[in-house]
Amino acid sequence: MNLRRDVFQAIADPTRRAILMLVAAQSMSAGAIAANFDTARPTVSKHLQILMECELLRSEQNGREVYYHFNPGKMKEVAEFIEPFRKIWDDRFSKLESVMKNYKPKKD
Amino acid sequence: MEKKTKVSASEGKQEIIITRDFDLPVDLLFKAYVEPDIVQQWMGTKVLLLENKPHGSWRFETSDPSGNVVFRANGVMHEFVPGRKITRTFEMEGTPFPVQLEFLVFESTGDGTSTLTMHIIFRSVADRDLLLQMPFASGINMAHNRLQGVLSNK
Repeated sequence: MNLRRDVFQAIADPTRRAILMLVAAQSMSAGAIAANFDTARPTVSKHLQILMECELLRSEQNGREVYYHFNPGKMKEVAEFIEPFRKIWDDRFSKLESVMKNYKPKKD
Repeated sequence: MEKKTKVSASEGKQEIIITRDFDLPVDLLFKAYVEPDIVQQWMGTKVLLLENKPHGSWRFETSDPSGNVVFRANGVMHEFVPGRKITRTFEMEGTPFPVQLEFLVFESTGDGTSTLTMHIIFRSVADRDLLLQMPFASGINMAHNRLQGVLSNK
């Protein structure tokens, strides 16, 4: 399997991106992560599993809880990183351009 | 073909410079940053507050399809010169990223074209590199298919 593509698929989901942002701030237990979403707990577990499989998250047993950490080394591999970043801005600005080409002033 | 959007991020510096040439007159380009419903359309995020004046503040929020808030950002306008420049802070709430300082300069480049230069200053080199490593962080509103675009155009 192409790990690179797996990582992109993993971060294509907005909930998984939100999970990554949460654990990048601080490592958290599955329960604490799930508390941030209205989504059912098994759905969050599924997202965690996908993020673990493509190594964007690492887990660590701490007493009875498993804590999840962000694994930035993996992002470095994904990114190589300026081009994806540039592409995001390029898409966003192209959108701006097309929105403004159709712009109708509210009043003249 | 030359790329319309350029990103410069020198090794070891805590800044990113993004430039983009637009096929738009500068006043239309500027308007895209000023009118909340327009900002909403191209940024793909809900505009909760946008006070276009020095010391005004702004706040954006994005929810996923099930209604969870997945992105929230806010900041303050420091300079607001219509058609020319916006200087503002940008902070993503609930993330490891400290506040950023952004200098946006809008310039006319002739007949119906313009250039935007966005100069972003980070608290540290490490903070800048983390943002580049998580390119989706500043575009957390991106739809699935647009991220696919990132992939397929590589």
